[in-house]
Amino acid sequence: MNDEALLPRDTPVQLIDPDGRPVEDAQYSVSSTDVLLHAYRGLVEARRINDQCTALVRQGRLAVYPSSHGQEACQVGASLLLGEHDWLFPTYRDSVAIIARGVEPADAMVLLKGDWHSGYDPRQYRVAPQATPLATQLLHAVGFAHAAKMRGEDTVVMALCGDGATSEGDFHEAMNFAAVFQVPVVFFVQNNEFAISVPLSRQTAAPSLAHKAIGYGMPGQRVDGNDTAAVLAVLGEAVSRARSGGGPSLVEAHTYRMQAHTNADDDTRYRERAEVQAWVARDPLVRLQTYLRAQGVLDEAAEDALAAGAEEIAAELRRVMNADADLDPEDLFRFVRAERSPQLDEQWNLLKGEIDRDQLTDAGGAR
Amino acid sequence: MTITHDDTRVEDAVTTATTQTMTMAAALNRALADALAEDPSVLVFGEDVGALGGVFRITDGLTARFGEERCFDTPLAEAGIVGTAVGMAMNGMRPVVEMQFDAFAYPAFEQIVSHVAKLGNRTRGAIRMPMVIRIPFGGGIGGVEHHCDSSEAYYAHTPGLTVVAPSTPQDAYSLLRAAIASADPVVFLEPKKLYWSKGEVDTSIRTPLDTAQVVRDGTDVTLLAYGAAVPLALEAAAAAAEDGRSVQVVDVRSLSPFDDATVTAAVRSTGRAVVIAEAPGYVSVASEIQARVFERCFEYLAAPVRKVTGFDVPFAPPKLEHWYLPDVDRVLDAIDSLHWDEDA
Repeated sequence: MNDEALLPRDTPVQLIDPDGRPVEDAQYSVSSTDVLLHAYRGLVEARRINDQCTALVRQGRLAVYPSSHGQEACQVGASLLLGEHDWLFPTYRDSVAIIARGVEPADAMVLLKGDWHSGYDPRQYRVAPQATPLATQLLHAVGFAHAAKMRGEDTVVMALCGDGATSEGDFHEAMNFAAVFQVPVVFFVQNNEFAISVPLSRQTAAPSLAHKAIGYGMPGQRVDGNDTAAVLAVLGEAVSRARSGGGPSLVEAHTYRMQAHTNADDDTRYRERAEVQAWVARDPLVRLQTYLRAQGVLDEAAEDALAAGAEEIAAELRRVMNADADLDPEDLFRFVRAERSPQLDEQWNLLKGEIDRDQLTDAGGAR
Repeated sequence: MTITHDDTRVEDAVTTATTQTMTMAAALNRALADALAEDPSVLVFGEDVGALGGVFRITDGLTARFGEERCFDTPLAEAGIVGTAVGMAMNGMRPVVEMQFDAFAYPAFEQIVSHVAKLGNRTRGAIRMPMVIRIPFGGGIGGVEHHCDSSEAYYAHTPGLTVVAPSTPQDAYSLLRAAIASADPVVFLEPKKLYWSKGEVDTSIRTPLDTAQVVRDGTDVTLLAYGAAVPLALEAAAAAAEDGRSVQVVDVRSLSPFDDATVTAAVRSTGRAVVIAEAPGYVSVASEIQARVFERCFEYLAAPVRKVTGFDVPFAPPKLEHWYLPDVDRVLDAIDSLHWDEDA
């Protein structure tokens, strides 16, 4: 591939403009309305889950929720492009990408509720546990893809991260390893403009994050992250390249985090309301809705049905989150090692003794 | 080459146990070669492990014999080596990675403590990390700074990691085979100073990863040591014997999980103990051993448990390292201080 082919465009690829009108593009094309309708359902559900989880944090039912409100096109798009044997390596902000991959919403929230560190079996859904340390999961994705390539499997690995993660050393090492070994991985950076409070200008002096790709010898591309059709087209091309042995790519989505980093964050300290408001007009749901309506494949009745479906998901999530899980203290010791050590057995016996004594005391107090 | 997911063992691998005299470096090389031959999911990678055969030649000849897909050089990036090993282990491989020197492993520390050690626990055992991180450790070879750290406490302190350090070619071989076969991640600490020490190796032996071993019998005092400190302990025991003291030596060997049973029984049998290790003594594996012995053997002890360790300073420059490293005299002084008069 020549240098030109590795460089991203000067502006993000866009196939549907913020007013829902199609944009002509020589290289990429809009998916079929069937695919986009399917994606739209995912967006509606993801938005409802994002908002429900934000509410659950206020009610004290989730310890924390890093919302991806506004980034649903990226998350749903990334998951929809993966086949049954592909793998997703998500971060803490990618809960709805995980759900779009099939994980039950309540299971996806186990980490954020605090019942355990991960609430689903990664092998069942081909979704790695959500990573909290930034960029570390990108290396796992590369190693996983490398192993798949060695075994001659056509697995593609989708590795997600944010703009802040691109400043980490592990980001660099992952890009470099992936390109040197030409492994089937797609690095998908959701540039939402802020790493907690620090703006993109403090993360990089590069023309764009996608420009970093050429330094590693892989193609980079920029995409309008609020344009579902463009995300599907650009990411889809990267997935195809990886699957056909063409190696890794870096795709940077330009999007915006509409809510604070988490409930613990006060975003009025670092960004103007006018800036947030300006992004409301670029909402990924409204844009796709307008397009699909203009195409004549989405009407009010269909919308109502989608909303009702999303409401059911939210109601089920509330039901599970409002119930206290039955937690087993022995779980603290069960999974630390494949074989439990005598030291861990000793410590479990100590805790068990404390619990038994407390229960005796409680029973005594009741008498 | 295509690696299959099943556990087919290659039949033409070494099947008859042989006992041979070899160096610890050769024993480690043999262990890697035998594991690569027997299990197609085993991979060896790191910096300079290919054509060069590793800076200590531990991977000598492996690329030539098994091909570049089984033993390969990576970009110079320690977090990358361990981080990609995590993904490989998730996807059915058994990576055995080399960190070139102890202090060069620190960029990989986040991957080791945040992911290698925790993924099994986070996923309720759905994902295990069957990998070995080989780290040449310790001094005594005249290396300049950042080449001679004793970093074992960092790893032993981390729940989820198995940490072992061999002191003989036999244990180097059989502990490494056991480490590669383990479902848990193993930090495998190779005492550089002993790479060229020789001993008999029986390739049919597998040393469990959670056992200490009594390597010299004695009745007056127990020396507890691991890695390069074990030959030192044996030397000190021989010297003490000339003064009429009967000294027992235990090779602790498994730093985590720790073999309390063997160590406790040994110290109770003598009533005196000295822990010997190269690492700085403050908040160290040696201080943990000392504390465990106090807890379990207090009423059997005739004297406080002493420890002989490196000083609490960054590892010494080559021309000063003989002042830093524990030596026979320091061990003998510690033995002499164990309240022998009161006992008489």
